[in-house]
Amino acid sequence: MDPEGSRNTVVVSEPDPLIGPGHTLETITEKIGSIVLTRGTTLGWVGGFVVALILFGILNLAMYYLFFVGVGIWGINIPIAWAFAITNFVWWIGIGHAGTLISAFLLLMHQKWRTSINRFAEAMTIFAVACAGMFPLLHMGRPWLFYYLLPYPNPMWLWPQFRSPLVWDVFAVSTYLTVSLLFWYVGLVPDFASLRDRAKNRAVKITYGFFALGWRGSASHWFRYETASMLLAGIATPLVVSVHTVVSFDFTIAIVPGWHSTIFPPYFVAGAIYSGFAMVLTLAIPLRKFYHLEDLVTMRHLDIMAKVMLATGMIVAYSYVVETFMSFYSGNPFDSYMMLNRMVGPYEYVYWTLIACNLAIPQALWARRVRRSVPLLFLISLVVNIGMWLERFVIIAVSLTRDYPPSKWDMYYPTRWDWAVLVGSFGLFFTLFYLFIRFLPMISITEARAMVHETSGAKSHS
Amino acid sequence: MPNIFHRSTNLIARVSIYGLVILLAALTYVLYAIAMSPWYTEQNVAREQPVPFSHRHHAGELGIDCRYCHTSVEKSSFAGLPPTQTCMSCHSQIWTNAPMLEPVRASYREDKSLEWTRVNALPDFVYFDHSIHVSKGIGCTTCHGPIADMPLTYRAGSLYMSWCLNCHRQPEKFVRPKEDVFNPFYQPPSVSNPVKFDGKWYTSQLALGKRAVKQYHIRSLQYCDTCHR
Repeated sequence: MDPEGSRNTVVVSEPDPLIGPGHTLETITEKIGSIVLTRGTTLGWVGGFVVALILFGILNLAMYYLFFVGVGIWGINIPIAWAFAITNFVWWIGIGHAGTLISAFLLLMHQKWRTSINRFAEAMTIFAVACAGMFPLLHMGRPWLFYYLLPYPNPMWLWPQFRSPLVWDVFAVSTYLTVSLLFWYVGLVPDFASLRDRAKNRAVKITYGFFALGWRGSASHWFRYETASMLLAGIATPLVVSVHTVVSFDFTIAIVPGWHSTIFPPYFVAGAIYSGFAMVLTLAIPLRKFYHLEDLVTMRHLDIMAKVMLATGMIVAYSYVVETFMSFYSGNPFDSYMMLNRMVGPYEYVYWTLIACNLAIPQALWARRVRRSVPLLFLISLVVNIGMWLERFVIIAVSLTRDYPPSKWDMYYPTRWDWAVLVGSFGLFFTLFYLFIRFLPMISITEARAMVHETSGAKSHS
Repeated sequence: MPNIFHRSTNLIARVSIYGLVILLAALTYVLYAIAMSPWYTEQNVAREQPVPFSHRHHAGELGIDCRYCHTSVEKSSFAGLPPTQTCMSCHSQIWTNAPMLEPVRASYREDKSLEWTRVNALPDFVYFDHSIHVSKGIGCTTCHGPIADMPLTYRAGSLYMSWCLNCHRQPEKFVRPKEDVFNPFYQPPSVSNPVKFDGKWYTSQLALGKRAVKQYHIRSLQYCDTCHR
């Protein structure tokens, strides 16, 4: 059976199966495992990896210059002390949330469609958190003293200021990274064992065997694996909500108009999942194309993700409406001026681009034809990614340009180093991601095999 | 299928789980111990000086008042190092030919200051004022240690911020009657050594300290900008 046979098939009457027809346990393992083991390093992979490395090089250069000279190389100054770095931080950490939602929350909800996408979505989470975690440190005046953020025994008897949301951030993000990494690794253990058993080369066998932790696939192994997965999912699920809530506190705790708002926690969480799903689509669509995984990441997967994106996008849209209404209804002149400044101020083009990207264009997803069109979905996912970045920029930087007294108003213009760090963070992300797709199974072999069993069982029922 | 790893790796794997935790804890402890050690802080390490000046001899055995040399301690942030003239006020009369004192005479002859090595030097980002401390009942020996028993001067404290905060958080444990501030032999009150303060005899530092904190209006200043101005 040609595994690509279902590529262009569109079934309208009933939901497509979550896995292409004709797959057996053996073909699944072969298909996913061969990408890592036998396919080797392809030219396309090398090309992409080199581009990623170049961008990563730009990041290194920008960081070297930053550490050498200081944050003055960026466009920030009083009153706009937070701009690109913090925008990038919030954007990247938001990206990660979709991965955790897919892997943990949907596991608890027994949503079967997560199985084909959870592995690389989790990888995306970890790499996005790595990119995000870098920015608050780069943004420090003296980044080499970053460990002052941690409560460690020191001869200064100094503790972090626990009343500051910036410290809550440290705990939120480090917890998030730890739990995501553990969850990812636990899921990978049986797959490492599969790769170990199929590898021919002894060095490869030893490497995968080391990470497989002696997995033999016995019943007690599986029992503990399931227990650990469920426990970690239980721990990770609240993090989907809590991490971005804490991130939103960085702003709401302050009194800047445009920041000081009670709607921020749910608004930020919805925005995080919105942008995260957009990023999952941005990554999934080229992956399934280049590695011919259309029968594992099916149209139905893309369709469901588009629907989640639409739903969270509507929550975000609702938040925009409420935010706009409240700023005028509050009767607070600073609040209403903040909103006017966004709409018709010097950064109006940013605001209206964001409205177009996050609010207007994604409405196309209501149409089934759009959701089933791979190029359009890819395009919309890119648009949402851009829109969500602009949203954070408008909230963070534009609010700071004009807050209370006009005497302290100023403009913010990004410098080339601002852009270099932003572009460079993509370099870090994609370097890690390219290494991931080369050396680890990008779809969970274990869970995809379980799906074969379930779909064949469902067929015999009907 | 043959095993890739030897049986012993099972044990190594289990040990490494606990081992990692223990290793991290041990590493933290070792680093902290190094940071607190005299090897790193130079606490209790006597410094090389151009003239081997003995505080034990001058302040202890001869009983010269601290302020005879450190003249500005009550009025200024800096206690002051004596000019060579202060040394010569005695040494032009006694030990006039002692070879040990030749650098002092040379300094006087050539009108060139002696270059002492500072023993207690705070970093530039710390504001410290001697005058407020001595006028609120903090004795010289509270910070400078048993100065009347130092043949060569060494630093008695680590000069870490924790060392400063230790007193700033609980001044009642260190404060003494003002008239004893410059007494290098002062011992805190105990049953065998009662101390008179404000007309009453005290046998416990805490009781005396609490009374003195109240009387001297000592505020426990712990704001960042108290010292980092």
